[in-house]
Amino acid sequence: MSELREQIENVIQSEDVALFMKGTPQFVMCGNSSRALDALRRAGAPVTAVDVLPDPRIRQELSSISSWPTIPQVFVRGELIGGADIVEQLAQSDELEQTLEEKLGPDYRGRAPERVVTVG
Amino acid sequence: MSVDRLRRLLEQAFPGSEVEVKDRTGGGDHFQVTVASARFGGLTLLEQHRLVNDALAAPLGDGTIHELRIQTKGSQ
Repeated sequence: MSELREQIENVIQSEDVALFMKGTPQFVMCGNSSRALDALRRAGAPVTAVDVLPDPRIRQELSSISSWPTIPQVFVRGELIGGADIVEQLAQSDELEQTLEEKLGPDYRGRAPERVVTVG
Repeated sequence: MSVDRLRRLLEQAFPGSEVEVKDRTGGGDHFQVTVASARFGGLTLLEQHRLVNDALAAPLGDGTIHELRIQTKGSQ
């Protein structure tokens, strides 16, 4: 497995909430990435963000892992939740918070600060 | 790409379904698509959206579609 793929797999498996996005939480570069980030923030999710823009191979490896072609992609405890549409739709119906509580425990809110990790 | 071409791709993948395509910015690369199809029956939201992504794999893959918003409905 390529080193980059391994790093991406590692983030997916080890982070409570992994958000692969265009840009960073401080400098979001795309509307859909912003929608996913906002929905996660409203739900109080402990977001670990990964910017896919620095290296096009990041997106290629990620999509080959997840079989999801677009960015952003949100994983909770290793499981793909979806892109911006699904995460936003779940947030609107409070299912996002339920999913986070089920997978991370009822005390997930504020457990970890939002942070950025780099791959590649 | 054109709204019509996008609509044809979806209609081929979801025969007999209601398809709505909107060019959100007028630039031919930011689209909102809504698909109501019996194919979604019993599928999770993720699986439904996967089917739509699969139907648009080519224009998504080569960047023709820059931003896509998907809404799915079971057919009424």
